[in-house]
Amino acid sequence: MLDHLPILQVIVPLLAAPACLLLNNARLAWLFACLAGLISLVISVALLVQVQQSGVISYMLGSWEAPWGIEYRIDLLSAYVLLIISSLGTIVLLAANTGIRQEIAADKQSLFYVLYLLCMAGLLGIVATGDIFNVFVFLEISSLATYALVAFGRDRRALLAAYQYLIVGTIGATFLLIGIGLLYSMTGTLNIEDMANRLPVDTNSGTVYTAFIFMIVGIGLKLALFPLHLWLPNTYTYAPSIVTAFLAATATKVAIYLLIRVQFSIFGADFGGELIQPIFIVLGLLGVFVASTVAIKQSNIKRLFAYSSVAQIGYMIIGIGIGTSLSLQGTLLHLFNHALMKGALFLALAAVVYRIGSTDRTCFNGLAKHMPWTMAAIVIAGLSLIGVPLTVGFISKWYLVLASIDSGMWPVALLIVLGSLLAVYYVWALVESAYFGKADASATSSAPIKEAPLGLLIPLWLLVIANVYFGIDTRLPLEASASAASFLMGGGQ
Amino acid sequence: MNLSPELLIQLIILLPLVAAAGVVLSHRHPNIREAISLTIASSVFILVFLLYRQIINGETALVHWISILPGLNVSFKTEALSVLFALIASFLWIVTTLYAIGYMRSHHEQNQTRFYSFFAISIAAVMAIAFSENLFTLFIFYEVLTLATYPLVTHAGTEKAQKGGRTYLRILLGTSIVFFLPALIATWAIAGNLSFTVGGVFADDTPSLWLAILLVFFVFGIGKAAMMPFHRWLPSAMVAPTPVSALLHAVAVVKAGVFTLMKTVVFIFGMDTVGELITTDFLLYLAAFTILASSLIAMKQDNLKARLAYSTISQLAYVSLGVLLASEAGLLGSSMHIAMHAFGKITLFFCAGAILVVSHKTEISQMGGLGRKMPITMIAFFIASLSIIGLPPTGGSWSKYYLLLGSLETQHWVLMAVLMISSLLNIAYLLPIPIRGFFPAKSTVSQASDGSEAIQGSETIQEAPLPALIAIIITTLACVLLFFFPQPLFELAKMVGVAP
Repeated sequence: MLDHLPILQVIVPLLAAPACLLLNNARLAWLFACLAGLISLVISVALLVQVQQSGVISYMLGSWEAPWGIEYRIDLLSAYVLLIISSLGTIVLLAANTGIRQEIAADKQSLFYVLYLLCMAGLLGIVATGDIFNVFVFLEISSLATYALVAFGRDRRALLAAYQYLIVGTIGATFLLIGIGLLYSMTGTLNIEDMANRLPVDTNSGTVYTAFIFMIVGIGLKLALFPLHLWLPNTYTYAPSIVTAFLAATATKVAIYLLIRVQFSIFGADFGGELIQPIFIVLGLLGVFVASTVAIKQSNIKRLFAYSSVAQIGYMIIGIGIGTSLSLQGTLLHLFNHALMKGALFLALAAVVYRIGSTDRTCFNGLAKHMPWTMAAIVIAGLSLIGVPLTVGFISKWYLVLASIDSGMWPVALLIVLGSLLAVYYVWALVESAYFGKADASATSSAPIKEAPLGLLIPLWLLVIANVYFGIDTRLPLEASASAASFLMGGGQ
Repeated sequence: MNLSPELLIQLIILLPLVAAAGVVLSHRHPNIREAISLTIASSVFILVFLLYRQIINGETALVHWISILPGLNVSFKTEALSVLFALIASFLWIVTTLYAIGYMRSHHEQNQTRFYSFFAISIAAVMAIAFSENLFTLFIFYEVLTLATYPLVTHAGTEKAQKGGRTYLRILLGTSIVFFLPALIATWAIAGNLSFTVGGVFADDTPSLWLAILLVFFVFGIGKAAMMPFHRWLPSAMVAPTPVSALLHAVAVVKAGVFTLMKTVVFIFGMDTVGELITTDFLLYLAAFTILASSLIAMKQDNLKARLAYSTISQLAYVSLGVLLASEAGLLGSSMHIAMHAFGKITLFFCAGAILVVSHKTEISQMGGLGRKMPITMIAFFIASLSIIGLPPTGGSWSKYYLLLGSLETQHWVLMAVLMISSLLNIAYLLPIPIRGFFPAKSTVSQASDGSEAIQGSETIQEAPLPALIAIIITTLACVLLFFFPQPLFELAKMVGVAP
């Protein structure tokens, strides 16, 4: 049984999805989905322990030998990302039962769980597999499920957002496929490790470069790399809040994982270094500043945090761009930490939507009186987003700044901290209106607003506590990310 | 008492948190709530005093809590300056609590439970700052202090309070993120060590240009020291209730700022290094500029609390200047000034609050003749003013003396002139208040008889509520006593920066 963990990680949610369809009862489907989520969480923990103890796990699907058959390959990086996806995916799923009650029609709720599990299976598959074509297949599985999930949104504009995302996502996937095809033509293999070994790094083959560019741009579209981020704000804003929390916590993280995998494992840390690294740093910084500035002006809070996500992705890209073991560790830490912050923030917004039905800035006026726990969660997650000590945000910021100083990039270090100043602005404007704002007379005249139900509050506070806990006891993310980063830099695979 | 210093440190930091919890739990019973605050404040002071006895006997302690990042620990240590700062803060916490009981009740403030609990959390942060073993720990609690005092600044919840709170947070958080944090990380990257070490942490071959730039970053990054141009948060913080202005924004928060600066200069850079850096002179003159400019601004303020705030900015720059002189006398003067200014300024704020509660006056121009009505308050104001100015028989004269000596020793004639001019300015903006209080100018009286803002019943004495009055008397007496018995402070201050 233990030998089969790599495939079980993907198979459990994949098979649980159609089972949810058969149950055809929202509550049962939710319980079953949670069970599947918990099982895959346990599996990912077991995998991480196994990898840390005995090194890379290679699993041959159907016992076909590696370069010909499909290999599932769990190294430190994938085990770490699998843990992020399964834990965040499961926690958000716990909140889903209450979270979607107001936002998704009753007859479609069991369908929601089917798609949710499919999407999760796809994301887990991208990370678990060691076969680049398999990556593409799982990417499509997760993307198709995501389009449908986004389209569940109550607002009619959700349809347009889903359509927009569909177009962009398909272009991204196609680019990735073109890249894969080109690489296949050069190496004759689809196995990632095999491909890395066969790839003639020192011959300046135009085809390899072309493949590289296609893949980077394709993945850049999926991860909303500035300026390819335009699909993200609409998608996050109009999707049901639970879906937004899930996507923000997992989907972009997997895209970052894929970027790291392609850059460091397939092409090698040095490939295209002089070319691509400055581009990453500049795009990352631009993303931080432009998206944060745009975020300040948003009147819809969900959209505000969507733009903030683009900015946070910028930080991760900067870490990849600096290209040292330390900076890569910063990126990996921020992967984990950002999932915790944004998961918490979007779940808190889900709670607000549940009670008020909108996330417009004016709705937040004086809301702290009525929903003290939800607003306190926003404050703590917001402080984490700013990067205040004793929260996880501080840890990743510390590593990114340290890495840029360490590689002599002082201006980058200063720009990173300046960027977090913008976060102070947009977070605190929200906190002020929640705690000091005066609610509209019309809003208060109707029934008093109550605190969100426990079904939402408990998963929300789980994430909030994680934001603080991992900001103080940093051993788990720190050790995992440090060994994953040095593993990636130490000669790739 | 057989408490080990390790246990003492942890109790000192944790007890205020217990107080915060107790305050929240007893929110329905104001008397029990205030009793908890007072009891714990007193016990914290006693514990700090025990620690003081131990450090005088040469006993030190090191407590290690957790390691947040590899090599970066949250740890605490006893050291002379720490004990000095903690002694002042914990003693004044008792007095301020006493004062706050009188003030908050007679002023009918809302949300008193929130007020007392965040107050206690702030004190816990201050104690953690005082006993930090390394700059990393200090930075963490520096930020905690900023956030814990924010709800106190915006306590009133009005538009004005929000605006003040916004400036407060933006400048304090902003400077610490943009200057302090990068400087901290760079120090870690260069030296690989953030523990406070006598003589500094940097290797001898560190390029002095880097250090010079880092020093500027630290001075600007420690926004709580209110060096110009990052001083505006302090006047903004004056929207807070008076006890907050008194303890936090005349003592705890601002002193945490200059304390951080002292720790950084003495134990991260080392005094000798700072004396040689090319940016030190620039910073010294910036401090001198801050002293003069804020004194001049203070003269123009009609609002009493605003005037006191600008006076605080000026006095903080004294401390910064003394540290940056990088001489023994300067350091001694700065350490003593932390204490002397604390007692003087808190008295002045107490008086301002007492005047507000009794006569509802905030503007200085309305306070003519107030001395007849509130003689004790006005006498206290007068004595505390003397201490701020640095005249005998008050404690302030000692610290001013050593600061002057420091500038003399290092032959900074301009700075010496600045210190003396500033003392004259202090006289000009502080003394008119009690003088006009007792001898109102004719114009004030005639204005008053116009019926605009008549001081009615100025013959009958009506002082502040008794707890507040007791607090005022205690701090005033301390100002005087510190002139005659400065030895304990002096001994402690002399130990600062000396290798054990």
